Amino acid sequence: MHKFFGAALVAGAVALSLGGAAEAKTFRYATTGDVLGLDPHINNEGPTNTMKSNIYEGLIHRGWDLSLHPGLATEWEQVNPTTWRFKLRQGVKFHDGSDFTADDVLFSFERIKQPQSEMSFAVNTITEIKKVNDHEIEIITGGPDPILLLNMPNFFIMDKQWSEKNNTVTVERGSTAKTYANLNTNGTGPFKLISWVPDTKLEVEANAGWWGKPTHNLTKAVFTPIGNDATRVAALLSGEIDAMYPVPLQDVQRINSSSSAKVLQGPELRTIFLGFDQHRDESLDMPGTGKNPFKDKRVRQAFYQAIDMEAIKRVVMRGASANTALMIAPGINGFDKALNDRYPYDPEAAKKLLAEAGYPNGFPVTLDCPNDRYVNDEAICLGVVPMIKRIGVDIKLNAQTKSLHFDKIGLKQGNNTSFYMLGWTPGSYDALNMLENIITLDGKGQGTWNSGRYTNPRVEELTDLIRVETNQEKRNAMISEAMKIHKEDFGHLPLHQQALAWGVASTVADIKQRPQNDIDLRYVTLK
Amino acid sequence: MFAFIIRRLLQSLIVMMAVAFISFSLFNFVGDPVNNMLGQEATEEQREALRQDLGLNDPFPVQFAAFLGNAVQGDFGVSYRLSRPVSDVLATRLPATLELVFVAAVLALVIGLPLGVYTGLHRHGFGSKVLLTLSLIGISLPTFLIGIVLILIFAVWLGWLPSFGRGDTVQIGWWTTNFLTVSGWKSIIMPAVTLCLFQLTLIMRLVRAEMMEVLRTDYIKFARARGLSNRAVHFGHALKNTMVPVITITGLQIGSLIAFAIITETVFQWPGMGLLFLQAIQFADIPVMAAYLCLVAFIFVVINLMVDLLYYAVDPRLRVERSGGGH
Repeated sequence: MHKFFGAALVAGAVALSLGGAAEAKTFRYATTGDVLGLDPHINNEGPTNTMKSNIYEGLIHRGWDLSLHPGLATEWEQVNPTTWRFKLRQGVKFHDGSDFTADDVLFSFERIKQPQSEMSFAVNTITEIKKVNDHEIEIITGGPDPILLLNMPNFFIMDKQWSEKNNTVTVERGSTAKTYANLNTNGTGPFKLISWVPDTKLEVEANAGWWGKPTHNLTKAVFTPIGNDATRVAALLSGEIDAMYPVPLQDVQRINSSSSAKVLQGPELRTIFLGFDQHRDESLDMPGTGKNPFKDKRVRQAFYQAIDMEAIKRVVMRGASANTALMIAPGINGFDKALNDRYPYDPEAAKKLLAEAGYPNGFPVTLDCPNDRYVNDEAICLGVVPMIKRIGVDIKLNAQTKSLHFDKIGLKQGNNTSFYMLGWTPGSYDALNMLENIITLDGKGQGTWNSGRYTNPRVEELTDLIRVETNQEKRNAMISEAMKIHKEDFGHLPLHQQALAWGVASTVADIKQRPQNDIDLRYVTLK
Repeated sequence: MFAFIIRRLLQSLIVMMAVAFISFSLFNFVGDPVNNMLGQEATEEQREALRQDLGLNDPFPVQFAAFLGNAVQGDFGVSYRLSRPVSDVLATRLPATLELVFVAAVLALVIGLPLGVYTGLHRHGFGSKVLLTLSLIGISLPTFLIGIVLILIFAVWLGWLPSFGRGDTVQIGWWTTNFLTVSGWKSIIMPAVTLCLFQLTLIMRLVRAEMMEVLRTDYIKFARARGLSNRAVHFGHALKNTMVPVITITGLQIGSLIAFAIITETVFQWPGMGLLFLQAIQFADIPVMAAYLCLVAFIFVVINLMVDLLYYAVDPRLRVERSGGGH
């Protein structure tokens, strides 16, 4: 009860500060699943990161349109190729009232880089953070890091005293999981946690003491996971929630024809693609033959040209997708529009290519596909199968739940696949992430999800250069060169970027659709 | 009697062990939870370290033995998805499911019994025929469809009832209850109706069949010959004698209500154990799945025990047999 009065008082104060409008504005929204936890340094998952960013802040904030803005740092400059100096914002307070200083940044750096932290990728080029004074720090990187700033929004700052007081200095998961920071928060962000009942409801309220000028007009926000698609649509249409995502594609029309809600569609950053095993000397589907057709570029091209992406877009995706020739989406740093023309759909040419490669009568192959991961993933594969059959290849579909699918195609089972579907959004919004994880193989920690083990010496070489090149123009030229080689090698078979579909009720005045497909409460205004 | 209860409880341990064993041998097929727990940027070393820590690389007998060893100490591990102790997670979900099942069971009995008696007595009446036809729908329509149709009518079109969730709950100790708030009651109506429909029609048809059977027997004819009122014959003699099979079925059905609740809870986003279990399957959250299955097995055993004890109360013949001593 005590807590309730506190919340009511704060809510009232916020409402008053917003120009005397005493009316409390509560934004209620839903998506398929709950956040995994609120510890800023444990999980790295899209919706979880977004909820954390409502409560916690980094030195740099990534706006809804992916642009970078000052967050807890007001300005920064590069002193030399491996040193950056950040000026910290003064007068910032954590939700519990304590001051934000350089010590908190140093503490958070030590915390985020622990081995069990999945967010450590955001700082993995940083070797040291030095305190200059209470409101100035220096970040030292191991080598030149051209995308340091791009990773900064993922580096959330925690309060040192609070963490030490509550014994949550270490990041532990698995059998010894620590839960305090997962359930309780103390950030500097524009929203404060009121309560979280897992799988039921997560409530935040506007932080009246936030340092910035709010771009939202909310007093409170209530997040509810609703797993069932039909129920989520019903909750929107009945006015119980103000926004929800994703809208199942078959319900887009129904929502648009209602008077109470509309569907907001836009491009997402994830690229869906197919991959071929180009590594084994003998295809898993052709035991005893000693042959792996996918080692031949012509066969990969034949598959590419056999797939009618326009038909898949029209029939399977109901128009809600953007076909792509590149592995990265527009909006990702390094995207080159000039390379984004697909090779034409041409089954006759595909047949000819197969014959030239020595497979006029095709060969057996299995397509591995998830059925609960991407928008209409299994339906896309079901569309691809007859198209590949048409050029004479004996193709079978193996569609299964995501945990089994990723096991099979991943390193766990030694890339146990010859033809598979995967989707990827570069977490840093930079092409290097795609090159390192999907397109190259050599080197430490690289090619984790390069399940077909595509490799090209020049691309590997370029990737190593891109990693340390700080001249953006030169760097982008190298990214384009690598992407062009990969495209002409048919290293993977890019399909499309799926469209975002959010259902937004008429109670919402404005909401910014972030291409990451989740709602940043900073950019929501209610009528 | 006491020995009987103890014996049954010991049997329940064996049942739970068997359930745990079978479920554990199936967990190999749900996939690797590590890919769900870690994001895409995690390195292979991080994945391997987590697998090692969770004991996922151990052979099946080792994993099973470790689970049993911890379980007997009351430790069911930490949920992979929610990162908190499974026993805490189950304890927060149990009230939601039990309250839902309770309301559904009460609805099924309170509506099903009188309807069964009515249709049994007025076999050829127009009302009976309508009810029996309707009951066919209740038996044959799948739960999720009924749920969605109810949501469409009462939440979207009429706007009377909430389409998801549990509404406002009140905390009493560790138990959260729906029964003390208006929104809690409003929220439970549709899920409970959806969940009870199958049981309701089943009870109604069962009572009807039993009533028709009993009404043909000699003691009913004798009761009528004694000039007893219809009311006394129907409810005092006939209905009471239909109770044994009805109790058996209803008792067993409470177990399946808990099991069916998985679908209903998913449709209505009811934060109970069924929803938890379904999410655990999708996430390959092995500790939650194992604990849930053991708990459900235990509930089934307890319900069966209670059914057996109720027989004593309802059927005097059993009591006589027992006191006659020895077998």
